[in-house]
Amino acid sequence: MSVSYFDTLVLTLVTFIPAIGGVLLLIIPRRDRDIRIFSLIVSLLTFGLSLHLIARVHRLLPGFQYEIDKAWLSSPNIHYHMGVDGISLWLVLLTTFLTPLCVLISWTSIHERVKEFFILLLVLETALIGVFTSLDLFLFYFFWESTLIPMALLIGMYGHGRKVYAAVKFFLYTMVASVFMLAAMLWLYAKVGSFDFVTIQNAIKAGQIPGFDAAAQWLFLGFFLAFAVKVPLFPFHTWLPDAHVEAPTAGSVLLAGVLLKMGTYGLLRFNLGLFPEQSRYNAPWIAVLALIGIVYGALVAMVQPNMKKVIAYSSVSHLGFVVLGIFSFTQAGLNGAMFVMLAHGVSTGALFMLAGIIFERKHTYEIAEMGGLATPMPKYATFFCFIMLASVGLPLLNGFVGEFLVLSGAFVANPWYGVIGATGVIWSACYLLWMYQRVFFGKVTHAENNSLPDLSAREQLALWPTAVAALVMGVAPLLWLNVIDPAVRSALAVAQVATKVVGQ
Amino acid sequence: MNQTIPVAADYIRILPEIVLSIFGLVIMALDPFIDQDRDQKILGAIGLAGTIVALISTWVMAQSPGFAFWNMVRVDGFSVFFHVLVIAIAIVLILTSYEYLAVQKLRAGEYYGLILFGLVGMCLMSSAVELVLIFIALEISSISTYILAGFRRRSATSSESSLKYFLLGSFATAFFLYGVALMFGAAGSTNIGEISAVLSSEQVPMLAYVAMALMFVGLGFKVAAAPFHVWTPDVYEGAPAPVVGFMSTAPKAAAFAVLLRILFEANAPGRFWFIWISAVLSMTLGNVAALVQDNVKRLLAYSSIAHAGYMLVAFAAIPELGTSAVMFYAAAYAAMNVGAFAVVSHFANSGERYVTVKDYAGLGRRSPVLAGALALFLISLIGIPITGGFFAKFYVFRAAMQSNLVGLTIIGVINSAVGAYYYLKLIVMMYMREATEEVPVLPIPASLAAALAITLAATIYLGVAPDPVLGYAQRSAKQMLQRENPNEQAQHSVSPGGRN
Repeated sequence: MSVSYFDTLVLTLVTFIPAIGGVLLLIIPRRDRDIRIFSLIVSLLTFGLSLHLIARVHRLLPGFQYEIDKAWLSSPNIHYHMGVDGISLWLVLLTTFLTPLCVLISWTSIHERVKEFFILLLVLETALIGVFTSLDLFLFYFFWESTLIPMALLIGMYGHGRKVYAAVKFFLYTMVASVFMLAAMLWLYAKVGSFDFVTIQNAIKAGQIPGFDAAAQWLFLGFFLAFAVKVPLFPFHTWLPDAHVEAPTAGSVLLAGVLLKMGTYGLLRFNLGLFPEQSRYNAPWIAVLALIGIVYGALVAMVQPNMKKVIAYSSVSHLGFVVLGIFSFTQAGLNGAMFVMLAHGVSTGALFMLAGIIFERKHTYEIAEMGGLATPMPKYATFFCFIMLASVGLPLLNGFVGEFLVLSGAFVANPWYGVIGATGVIWSACYLLWMYQRVFFGKVTHAENNSLPDLSAREQLALWPTAVAALVMGVAPLLWLNVIDPAVRSALAVAQVATKVVGQ
Repeated sequence: MNQTIPVAADYIRILPEIVLSIFGLVIMALDPFIDQDRDQKILGAIGLAGTIVALISTWVMAQSPGFAFWNMVRVDGFSVFFHVLVIAIAIVLILTSYEYLAVQKLRAGEYYGLILFGLVGMCLMSSAVELVLIFIALEISSISTYILAGFRRRSATSSESSLKYFLLGSFATAFFLYGVALMFGAAGSTNIGEISAVLSSEQVPMLAYVAMALMFVGLGFKVAAAPFHVWTPDVYEGAPAPVVGFMSTAPKAAAFAVLLRILFEANAPGRFWFIWISAVLSMTLGNVAALVQDNVKRLLAYSSIAHAGYMLVAFAAIPELGTSAVMFYAAAYAAMNVGAFAVVSHFANSGERYVTVKDYAGLGRRSPVLAGALALFLISLIGIPITGGFFAKFYVFRAAMQSNLVGLTIIGVINSAVGAYYYLKLIVMMYMREATEEVPVLPIPASLAAALAITLAATIYLGVAPDPVLGYAQRSAKQMLQRENPNEQAQHSVSPGGRN
């Protein structure tokens, strides 16, 4: 296949253009409007470039594409090795898709320290894309840790209420968990002499690593802990509601839309890719944790008096589906997990934007303060309804496809997984529909709500893309799945070969 | 090498020390003739010139590696590295002190003189390969830091700090000297090369273990490693802030250089558990105690104990990996810590009034430059990517992991996560809290801006392209550990192909 020069460069561009934009913002004078427009242009440019990835992707190729591999440091042997496959490609696109929307939704809600806000947002985008494109373990860790500071600052500087508490909690939870991953990476490097993902994977497959069998379970847990906190898997989820509720809207969108996927992506790429045997071995209890997350998250979401908390706990529940799908070790389950990741990114991102829109008007997320909003804000109510239905998993919208695939995979792995997991779909209908009813239907209970302005053109501009994406993903999921499928198939093949070796 | 009269090459090999002594003397001689209120900046300028000339003469020195003065001094990549490091720290210190002295109304003459004299001791520590000379160098460096610590004469805490430092410091040096004496008894020599030959033999005399332990106690005090760290918080709290930045990096780096020479070059016996325990204690005590500090200087004091612990982790590793990791760490730590103290000392204002964590509330809004710089240094101290602190920790833990020290590595990484909390506390203060009382922030003078620019650039450089520095450290570590004449190694170390 012919690889043009641009193809090897495009990932680097997509990754670093936001950060370069952020640095340029430093020297742009403090005129808020210019800063917003500039950020929007940078994020749109990034999105446009990332479309090149999907336009030129070889759909049937399972391996990494658009690879670039240059020595960065000689000792330790660290490479600037980037590349995407069907798994990471979509996550990169999800990131570049959501960031311009974040810029739009923050247009007026951020009016203080505007410059810093957009710098942090753009730097965060680079770090997030870097996480998904790195094929060198060190580089991965580098970007992984780099996401912490901008996100924590976004929450702490621009959040509401107990924002500092939430920011510090978020930072410490993830930081503590990820040092164990660092220890595991260093162990692998000490034995293999390389941080390269593919090299390490091959070395493990060939059984060339001395002492691997004894250490494998610990290594698996080292990686697993870092990712489980990020996902967040029950019982590591307690940072999430705090972080979400206190974060500014754009922070919540990226947090739910992309940051959480770093965890599930890591599980898929590293835990499954490097430690297939241990993944099999540990799958039962992880699946149980995922199921607890699905049901527990949904039940807790139901009783929340705060709109944003409902959405936050619904994330715990939805991400439980992803983990369940990954550890079902079936083609359908893994495809579904990937699809839920994307669908959740779009629809929950949109839900957070919608919550942010009402917050801008009412300065509260309390459901009790709403009621009958469909009358003063019909457009808002329509968008909310559409996105909510997508999130619930209505057929022909994006939520349905992923959850269906996950559940069908889970049934194959163990019927009970499927049965319990399926209740999650019902629960999500309960809490979202009930919330919708309390917020939008009935009479307007608070007189001041009568005068709430409906969506502005800018807000609609931010919401339309998510609504369209939710619909297209639901109607034509194959557009996504036929890129995901080969990558997932090869990830699964690794896991299955390993099991056969064990079986002998 | 056994010539009786030193030749020119001998003097070239201590050229930086000579230059610094001369400039120090000049400053002292000029001091009485200068109007203290008006012209004290001239002295600072001379001090700055002295350090810059010393830096150039280090380059001259580096061109003629080898032994000097009857094998007492050894110029190799290792000593050049530490020369450059401590002199660079002093440059930043002088730049920071420039305005600080005026704000605090302190006399400049002795101040700059003492810095240069202390520097002589530190430079000599890094190139001495003879225990008695090391001891002398250690004393030169320590005595000037004792005085510098008490330089805010009108403040009781400063005097307390100086006295404490002096008493405990002398006690520790006595330990070191005792160790030297015993080592002479055990090995029949005070030359590190000859000691190494004796210690590498089959039967190591029992006395050598005792000698090593005593020397470790003495040096452990100098690097503020637990359990010899109790002096640190009080001394750092009282001493002038720029001096603390200096004290916590330059003499420490020199003491680490000595420790590296003694432990690795001399191949010290039975060192492993000493180091292991001291590393774990330093990291844990430093980090846990820092969690509850309200005073920024005390907080950074405890953090420096923890960082000494991280460096000690590398001492437990394979010598070659450990040495280069420690060297890199010393450089990165110097950049970020001196930078952090530059901000702290400027912000403290006259009489060092604003030094509690609370005073920093809202700094991000009032002085974006100061807050941004301090935030970056703190991020580096946490060990977040694109800063030198990240690679420093990374190399240390990699060295430990490659030496199969899994337990120590895990204790280390957990500690670095714990440490994140208190640095973060300060960042949170600056950016996420509003000031309750209006703390005045003085405009940033040019000298401080230069100091911040140097330290920021170094911190980021080490975080983005650590390869040149680490590569140099690795080559010189290898060279130091081969106990042959460095003259023959010189051409090896220059060629970049010599890396592994």
